[in-house]
Amino acid sequence: MISFDRVSVRYADAPVAALHDVTLEIPEGELVLVVGPTGSGKSTLLRTINGLVPHFSGGTLTGTVTVDGLDTATHRPRDLATVVGLVDQNPSSTFVTDVVEDEVAYGMETMGLDPTTIRRRVEETLDLFGLTPLRARPLLSLSGGQQQRVAIAALFAAGPRILVLDEPTSALDPVAAEEVLASLHRIVHDLGITVVLAEHRLERVVHHADRVVLVADGHASELLDPAEAMALSQIFPPVVGLSRLAGWSPTPLSIRDARRRAGQLREQLVTREPAAASELRAIGPSEPLVVAGVRVVRAGRSVLDRVDLSVSRGSITVLMGRNGAGKSTLLGAIAGQHPLATGRVRVGENPIDPYAVPARQRVRAVGLVPQQPELLLYADTVAGECADADADFGVAPGTTAAVLQRISGGIDPDQHPRDLSEGQRLELALAVILAGEPDVLLLDEPTRGLDYGAKQRLGTILTVLASRGTTVLVATHDVELAAEVADRVVILADGEIVTDGPAREVLASSPAFAPQVTKVLLPQTWLTVAEVAGALERSA
Amino acid sequence: MHLRERLQHPAAWWLWGLGLATAASRTTNPVLLLLVIGVCALVVTERRDPAIPNPLPAFLVLGAGIIVFRLVMTAILGNGIHGDTVLFTLPTLPLPEWASGVRIGGPVTLESLLFALYDALRLAAILACVGAANALASPRRLLRYLPVTLYDVGTAVVVGLTFAPQLLADARTVRAARSLRGRDGRGIRETARLAVPVLETAFERSLGLAASMESRGYGRAVHTSPRGRRFASALALIGLLGVLGGLYGLLDSSVGGALGLPLLALGVLLATASLAVGARRDGRTGHRRERWEWTETLTVATGALAATVLVIASVQAWPGIVPAQSAQPPPVPLPAALAVLVAGAPAFFTPIPRGARR
Repeated sequence: MISFDRVSVRYADAPVAALHDVTLEIPEGELVLVVGPTGSGKSTLLRTINGLVPHFSGGTLTGTVTVDGLDTATHRPRDLATVVGLVDQNPSSTFVTDVVEDEVAYGMETMGLDPTTIRRRVEETLDLFGLTPLRARPLLSLSGGQQQRVAIAALFAAGPRILVLDEPTSALDPVAAEEVLASLHRIVHDLGITVVLAEHRLERVVHHADRVVLVADGHASELLDPAEAMALSQIFPPVVGLSRLAGWSPTPLSIRDARRRAGQLREQLVTREPAAASELRAIGPSEPLVVAGVRVVRAGRSVLDRVDLSVSRGSITVLMGRNGAGKSTLLGAIAGQHPLATGRVRVGENPIDPYAVPARQRVRAVGLVPQQPELLLYADTVAGECADADADFGVAPGTTAAVLQRISGGIDPDQHPRDLSEGQRLELALAVILAGEPDVLLLDEPTRGLDYGAKQRLGTILTVLASRGTTVLVATHDVELAAEVADRVVILADGEIVTDGPAREVLASSPAFAPQVTKVLLPQTWLTVAEVAGALERSA
Repeated sequence: MHLRERLQHPAAWWLWGLGLATAASRTTNPVLLLLVIGVCALVVTERRDPAIPNPLPAFLVLGAGIIVFRLVMTAILGNGIHGDTVLFTLPTLPLPEWASGVRIGGPVTLESLLFALYDALRLAAILACVGAANALASPRRLLRYLPVTLYDVGTAVVVGLTFAPQLLADARTVRAARSLRGRDGRGIRETARLAVPVLETAFERSLGLAASMESRGYGRAVHTSPRGRRFASALALIGLLGVLGGLYGLLDSSVGGALGLPLLALGVLLATASLAVGARRDGRTGHRRERWEWTETLTVATGALAATVLVIASVQAWPGIVPAQSAQPPPVPLPAALAVLVAGAPAFFTPIPRGARR
């Protein structure tokens, strides 16, 4: 269905090629997962399939990409629209119309199908993706998961035989991600559509895949069996880590398969039950973050309602909840960015009201790394950015650069911040915020677009910071990150706190937010592979 | 399963807005202009498109900003209107001999302020009409009805239209992010540093949209030669320019109708020709297009009525259409006021948009 014949891609001004000599044959009706670290060429590979690379992006492509018999060198993306549909990472920026039903019909209208056909296909597509109840809803009023489903439905309706998706679940909460994957699963199994998707959160998708392609430094492997690929891959989900630890073969990919094998491991571990509810980590008696009765109204809708929260010094608290539950707003309210309708916020070792002091003083008490870290970056080199940050926070020259050196694995100071990988960009933004040495550090969805390596480094950074007395509050959908770092987990729903407790208790008891290791080893409440490995070592 | 609610045809709302804007452009009577703004607000409150955020407040704020700016500038610089009623006197800035035509400071008269107020109010009213059309039928919805010849141009315009409000939202986000770095100043340097990330974000979003439209088959050439396409597009553009020039001639009373009418006629002719050429290659089809029924005709008629009455009024120079700048409230020509009020009727007889039922 899709064939790559000795394909290389080199962007203008790039020192190395983005793809090297890729030869690949993807048959019809397969769900193919592309796995690789950030910057490995995954996105480039996906975009060559519908010709956006090189027709839209520029650069040179050598070799041939043939899609359903059509050569992408001679067919522009718009001509391939009937064959390939490409869903972007952030669907809301790609909507062309205002309403769900119109968006679904748009592609067919531009193709000039006759109205009765369009009408029939719109109905079928809405049913297939479970969108019928939403058909007249404005696109802007939908949740992230619903928007993603509409974006996929809109492409699917136009009748392509191939769907290409770039990180379809990265921005979604676990439940919404499941909905999207279920829709994909259905069109692959029932309708024989070929799906190619790239995703960092392997724990969500790998058990849905028929075939896996590993990409590293622009080199792509051939089509591999998922279990084999996971045994080889440098990046793998926790369930594969557990399997490697226990020496299971073939590698189980789903929780269900792993549970069937885990009997023996559970027996081994039963005497080594982790401390049921460990005392929360905390330094000293002070509480540098107190939120009392906070209500925030945005655009006439109350987003947070009577939220009370106090966090003790030197602890890591993870804030979880559905898309739109109010997590970002809570962080913003703590950082003094959204006016409070009622209630009060006190933050810092010497508590201040973030709304009453100038920004210069506020950043000493509380630092926020926003969801898009690039918003914090303005300079055109990394070195310049660090120097600017020193000036902004009024600290000795070189401070930010030193912080960056400490938390990152060496970033070239002459690079442009926009050319950094997602992980490096996050580290740079974090270094900028840490230059102000805030007592309380807030991070909004930091793992979006990060591969496992970058995520692990982030976990280590946060743990070190907390042990030095920084109070950390992280809002995230990433249950594996929460399992790694959290002392305490707070779950928000509809702007109210519904659960608040020690991480182990909360994560293990929630069906949506339990990490993979917990699901495999229930009723024992292990959270991470490292924890299990430690326990096994002690018993050996 | 309920039936899809009927929405008013977007072209009807835009024609209505155009009519009302024409009406507003022909008068500086503050009562009439306030009536126009009131009618816009009323119709938008009753019948706005719930699928998009309401853009009318932004247009009203912009109008208010223009009024304030005009008044302040008039107070400082004057506007050549001499009056007897001196309200207050600003300290005068002495200027060298060669700049004798310009004054800064000095006495501020009621008459000059009123002239500025009326004139700025007219612009604010026109903006309110555009805002109302935007709120009643989103430009994206209008785009679906645009003839294929104008589709390419129209899409560019629509992307532009959505670009501006998005820019404001971006600016707010970037400012918030700046404050996270301890900067909340409003100086020129600060603004300059905001500009780069704001433009970058907006630019990236536009590229994303363009890539999405490209990969969804936008602008597919359906059985046509590039030459024919270019010919039709050129015809359409020239025609459009003709229509705009003609309208300008008709609206701006200083040029007079002599040039306006023939230019308009020529423009319409060319535009029609281009549509005829273009229609042959219209590969797009429609999914559940809104139908044109009596409410649409009536809506356009009310807008046209307001425009016609005000144009006649200004040509015949009815008293009160261009009021004198005096402290007494200007007379209000009753037929003109009634015509504007009638334009508010669509708030009641048009179909209620989906999602608006409470």
